Amino acid sequence: METRSNPLGLTLFCVYLVIYTGFVLINAAAPQFMDWTPLAGLNLAILYGFTLIIIAFVLSIVYGFLAGQRDKQTNSENQGGAV
Amino acid sequence: MIYEAASEAVVLFFLFVGFTLGLSFWLGRKAKSSAGYFAAHGEIPWFVNGIAFAGDYLSAASFLGICGMIAFYGYDGFLYSIGYLAGWIVALFVVAEPMKRLGKFTFADALDARFNSRGIRTAAGISTLAVSIFYLIPQMVGAGVLVQPLLGFEHWQGVLLVGAVVIMIVVTAGMVSTTWVQFLKGSLLVIFSAILTWLILDRGFEVKSGGEDGYQFTTWKAPRSVLKSYDVPIPELGGRRIVKPEGAWKDSPEFLRLKDADSDRITYWFLESENGVESVNVVEAQSITKQTGQPDLVNGETLGTKKGEAELHPVGFISQLPNEQKSTGPVGLGSFFSILQNSKVVLWRSKTVKVSDDTTTTVYYQKETPGSHILRPGEHPRFAGIRGTNFWGRLNFISLMLALFCGTASLPHILIRYYTVKDEQSARKSTIVGIASIGFFYILTLYLGLGAMTSGAMDVTNSNMAAPLLARSMNTWLFAAISAIAFTTVLGTVSGLILASAGAVTHDLVNNFRSHPLTDAQQVRVAKIASVFVGGIAIVLGIVFKGLNVSYLVGWAFSVAASANLPALIMILFWRGATRQGVIAAIITGMTSSLGWILLSADTFQKVYGIDSGGYTPFTQPGIVTIPLGFVTLIIVSLLTRDSRQESLQTGSP
Repeated sequence: METRSNPLGLTLFCVYLVIYTGFVLINAAAPQFMDWTPLAGLNLAILYGFTLIIIAFVLSIVYGFLAGQRDKQTNSENQGGAV
Repeated sequence: MIYEAASEAVVLFFLFVGFTLGLSFWLGRKAKSSAGYFAAHGEIPWFVNGIAFAGDYLSAASFLGICGMIAFYGYDGFLYSIGYLAGWIVALFVVAEPMKRLGKFTFADALDARFNSRGIRTAAGISTLAVSIFYLIPQMVGAGVLVQPLLGFEHWQGVLLVGAVVIMIVVTAGMVSTTWVQFLKGSLLVIFSAILTWLILDRGFEVKSGGEDGYQFTTWKAPRSVLKSYDVPIPELGGRRIVKPEGAWKDSPEFLRLKDADSDRITYWFLESENGVESVNVVEAQSITKQTGQPDLVNGETLGTKKGEAELHPVGFISQLPNEQKSTGPVGLGSFFSILQNSKVVLWRSKTVKVSDDTTTTVYYQKETPGSHILRPGEHPRFAGIRGTNFWGRLNFISLMLALFCGTASLPHILIRYYTVKDEQSARKSTIVGIASIGFFYILTLYLGLGAMTSGAMDVTNSNMAAPLLARSMNTWLFAAISAIAFTTVLGTVSGLILASAGAVTHDLVNNFRSHPLTDAQQVRVAKIASVFVGGIAIVLGIVFKGLNVSYLVGWAFSVAASANLPALIMILFWRGATRQGVIAAIITGMTSSLGWILLSADTFQKVYGIDSGGYTPFTQPGIVTIPLGFVTLIIVSLLTRDSRQESLQTGSP
């Protein structure tokens, strides 16, 4: 089986993993921080939760764009090599 | 609560189901080959596949379970939304493109691409079946829950109806029709949830002391001294008489049983005490008494809708708004939370008392809760551990969030959807569309759940009914539409699960053990027979597990999927040292350890076996132990069997 590395995907995965782990660990270790209301009367639990969902979408769009560019570059290189 | 069918709801429901079935039969004509039946010829457009991902993934657990948990406990249900969505990051960045590149029909294709091993196929096939059946249970429970208020059916009739319709969909057309049903359902679910959210914001909040039936719950303030005066009329309690606690009631001093002033009807009241105060609040509760061979009693009267009979009152109301407002009018997306944060909401809790061998009484009592507690994690008993001092409670939480994160990319019915598009780019694009639609829906779940919590329409006995009842509190047609969509939600997910199981049986189990491979037509025939069989199992389990919250059950399925499948999938993609023995051992170890952990946990003892004190695991969620165990097993066994791997790679034998 051929496995191709995907550094772009793995980098973005690690970015999200750090943010998600932060959410889980704050809840597990110091849940009282989730009561804090830093913005417009919204507590950290809601702000962080919504952020996790929105960031997932943003990262997926970034990945879609950059991976598309990468695929185009790979295709043009392959075509160039064939000639 | 007693549910009566509304004619417009029934009409809309049957139109919807009829259309879905018609579509299925029509599309079924095109899917005769195995490539068509199992993978829709790989010709599904990426956008359609992306929305179908949402249709496949947003199951009864998401729509009914999460909304219900939020409606009953607040933010804790939203933790599932966060975890379920986060799992798609693993799917997109790690699994999507290799899955498309390596597989053809089943999850086992990708695992087995390097080794061509009969053992890997068998293990992966069994794991697919185990995960799919675990995942089917909550879907079928959800189906029974939905049909009850919509058509006035019993739970088992609803389960049977869904089972029959789904088997028909899968048997007629396989992946083509399943995809379009899921596309239809995914689109409508997101659109109608957005409409419902808009209506919730437009309605705003209002202070009430009862639900939508207009019944006002009473609270008496009584001196503590009168609480021991039995069988005499007490003016502070409206002339009611206190029944002396006897038998099992002695162990529930938080409740007061009162006889009416003018009859012998007994009602139940909750004692809400404040420290250092001489008086207590005597707060009206609701009750159901079940007696063998006699009709159920609700609030001391026979269950029914006729005169002299009673049913439970709908609940869910705000008792206090900020600045002593009585109502807010329309609210914004942000102010919805900031207002609730500074309000008080009456939630309901329950306790069951075994009065005698043949009589049990469940008391549902009010618990006025500050909005700031509702909008933070830790209110639900399952998550309360994070606010306690017990280390295991915190570890249980981390374990669940890990399983949700790792589970999505390990669900066979999600993974096979990568085979329905033409190439890796389409797999990637469809995942992005899936994340967008699923993420949007999960944001809405918090509004829907909290909207249901304050709608005055909740059934205290059933959290799974929150979303449909919320819709009914708005408008009957909306209720009909939401119920029909929710029903299709179950159809879409169950179809996908049964198809994944049928594919595993056909390719990974039956075909795998034959000396001559099945012909194309035989493969489709075996899959159809397997669909009927798995559908039958799902119907039985859906009836048996009637009372459990569906989101909770899905948490189990995620744990089993993540433990059994993810270690093998990830290591095959990223570690060249993996051997076929290592992969087989990881799947079997992950599957059996997670299943065993769940079956031996205290939660299962209590909720499934009905044994209050029991369980052999330190906490309930297995993921934090069993997922790493899968990885460790694969690494150790692969290192021990490295020579045979090289041999098998050279010879190509299994």
